[in-house]
Amino acid sequence: MPATFHSASVDTEEFGRELDKIRDEVLASLGERDAAYIRNLIAVQRKLELGGRALLFASWLPPAWAAGTAALAVAKILENMEIGHNVLHGQWDWMRDPKIHSATWEWDMASPADQWKHSHNFVHHTWTNVLGKDRDIGFSAMRISPEQPWHPIYLAQPFYNALLALFFEYGIAIYDVELERIPSGKKDPKEALTQLRAVLAKIRRQIVKDYVAFPLLAGPAFLPVLLGNLTANMARNVWGHTIIFCGHFPEGAEVFTEDRLESETRGEWYLRQLLGSCNIDGGRLFHIMSGNLSHQIEHHLFPDLPSNRYAEIAPRVRALCERFGLPYTSGSLARQAGSVWRRVLRLALPGPGRPAAGEPPARTLEAAA
Amino acid sequence: MILTSASPATLLQRLSAAAQWLTSPLLPDDYLGLINPLWGAGELCGRVEAVDAETSDAATLVIRPGRGWVTHRPGQWIRIGVDIDGRRHWRTFSLSSAPGRSDGRVTVTVKAVRGGLVSDYLVRSTAPGTVLRLGLPEGAFVLPEPPPPRLLFVTAGSGITPVMAMLDGLRLDNADGPDVILVHSAPTPADVIFGRRLRNLAARWPRLRLHERHTRSEGRLRPADLARLCPDWTERSLWACGPPAMLDDIAAHWTGPADRLHVERFSLVPTAAGPGGRVRFTRSGREAEAGGETPLLAVGESAGVLMPSGCRMGICYGCVARLRTGQVRDVRTGQVHGEVGDMIQTCVSVAAGPVEIEL
Repeated sequence: MPATFHSASVDTEEFGRELDKIRDEVLASLGERDAAYIRNLIAVQRKLELGGRALLFASWLPPAWAAGTAALAVAKILENMEIGHNVLHGQWDWMRDPKIHSATWEWDMASPADQWKHSHNFVHHTWTNVLGKDRDIGFSAMRISPEQPWHPIYLAQPFYNALLALFFEYGIAIYDVELERIPSGKKDPKEALTQLRAVLAKIRRQIVKDYVAFPLLAGPAFLPVLLGNLTANMARNVWGHTIIFCGHFPEGAEVFTEDRLESETRGEWYLRQLLGSCNIDGGRLFHIMSGNLSHQIEHHLFPDLPSNRYAEIAPRVRALCERFGLPYTSGSLARQAGSVWRRVLRLALPGPGRPAAGEPPARTLEAAA
Repeated sequence: MILTSASPATLLQRLSAAAQWLTSPLLPDDYLGLINPLWGAGELCGRVEAVDAETSDAATLVIRPGRGWVTHRPGQWIRIGVDIDGRRHWRTFSLSSAPGRSDGRVTVTVKAVRGGLVSDYLVRSTAPGTVLRLGLPEGAFVLPEPPPPRLLFVTAGSGITPVMAMLDGLRLDNADGPDVILVHSAPTPADVIFGRRLRNLAARWPRLRLHERHTRSEGRLRPADLARLCPDWTERSLWACGPPAMLDDIAAHWTGPADRLHVERFSLVPTAAGPGGRVRFTRSGREAEAGGETPLLAVGESAGVLMPSGCRMGICYGCVARLRTGQVRDVRTGQVHGEVGDMIQTCVSVAAGPVEIEL
């Protein structure tokens, strides 16, 4: 683990004001260029999907199967990440286009948009990396931080993390229903049941579309189309899982205790978002394919700024961190993913031992006096 | 054997429902719109096919409406949604063309208002090919069928636009057609929208008498002028469209039956202000502090709520939303009103204390 970062000497509020300035500048400059970006992207994604499905109709030719499946997988990844995730964050609400708006958008995911917006936009983005509050820490099923107490069930987590990667969208959908909160009475079972029904209705539509309707339409190519669709869905799941786990769980991402939330200022909130997030380095195409979650830090600082702006402001955020002596965690995909998997494997076992006496179990950050 | 012959409409509906299984979670429209935005029925669009300058600050947009368009009645208006700097803005404009043109197109004629973002954009920056969002034709400022035998139109500025559509629809060439007087005000002869067209019509058809009032040299039209130009003015059926002062004057001096006076207002004159309050939008969960002068529509828009909108002056009802709690003040009258469940016009309502809106 890197040396513990002590923020007591940082002027958190000045840091926050600088970030607010960046945010205001971006908001004031939103315009035609941004609108064109998302409209073009949506058009490209839909054409890719149509093209992929058309190619799969000729999938008795192996190259057509490979190209069709690849196009469909890319389309599904774009739809989920750079488009769906970001539209549902309200990043494009400023356009006032009801067709590209967080209030009306629905996506090709097992999670109904409404449920996901609650568990993600509200629970995760508000309480980022706060133990006991942010359910995204290990997605309530894995031990991803040494501060989480060990249990024998975690011995199996390398196995079910791999399984979760393959079926990520279903994992997220079930996870959003918050079943683990029912026994303690924090969640009304009736509400959970209603949510579960909505999830099942969505899963049903997706299964009918990808595994029944399109294969049937392809006639003799039934099986290759079905397999192509299955491969595309799984590729999307594994990719989404990888990117999302790299955003919060590699070495360098910090977790916090609940006492930190008390009277947390704007500056402290920014700081927690920064310290709990990790970026992934890459080129423009990689950033788009990752839904710009490769700019996880910028995304967590400004979850509702349009994602096409993250790359532009990243150097400024980074310079700001340097100026304030704050860490800015970033690494290649291989490094970050390797780091995540090392954690998953290491923390399947008990330990590492409790932190030395005198050191808090999880970082408690205080604003500079 | 039971064979039911489905009508084409229900067959289309069934096909569309079946296609939805293939496009879920999107709609078939979303893919059709990729090819041609006019094909989608979910969101009515129109393509600007020509922009004809009328005066130095007014232009006629020739628009081909897409699927879902409904034929209008002359005098009606539509809401037009246009994207400027990436943001959608809605305004209302009168249709200036008679319905049922053989080319299937309609026109709106827009005068660039000083400081008017949308009107200025439509007049000066709209190129053929631009796709606009459209609302369906609305409004009761229309001629009855058949039209009354003696008509009087009193218009000023862009108030001529709905009347142009009416004139086009009247059978002026028919000997049994109605007797029509048009009194139109504009600053100078060059500022008369449709000037040449109106003068040509009046020259050709004796049943149409045109009086142009050039206000820069002659001053504003007064009811006394109207009585002089058209002694039987209160005995006619009158359609008036123009600035509020002119309309108020006419209404104050009108002695004919109330149902023969038809007035279309194009602007909002706010009168009242109050303390305001906190506004919560229940469905989107957004909140904002609202002053007593900011309409709820603007409050919601800046809070990122998807606000329906239209004329922004209390005419078109394109902006109505349900009031959940609290009361609102009508900026036109100052009246504080509202009960749970009321549909309120957000463009002319400001918060009178804390308010919850179902949006």
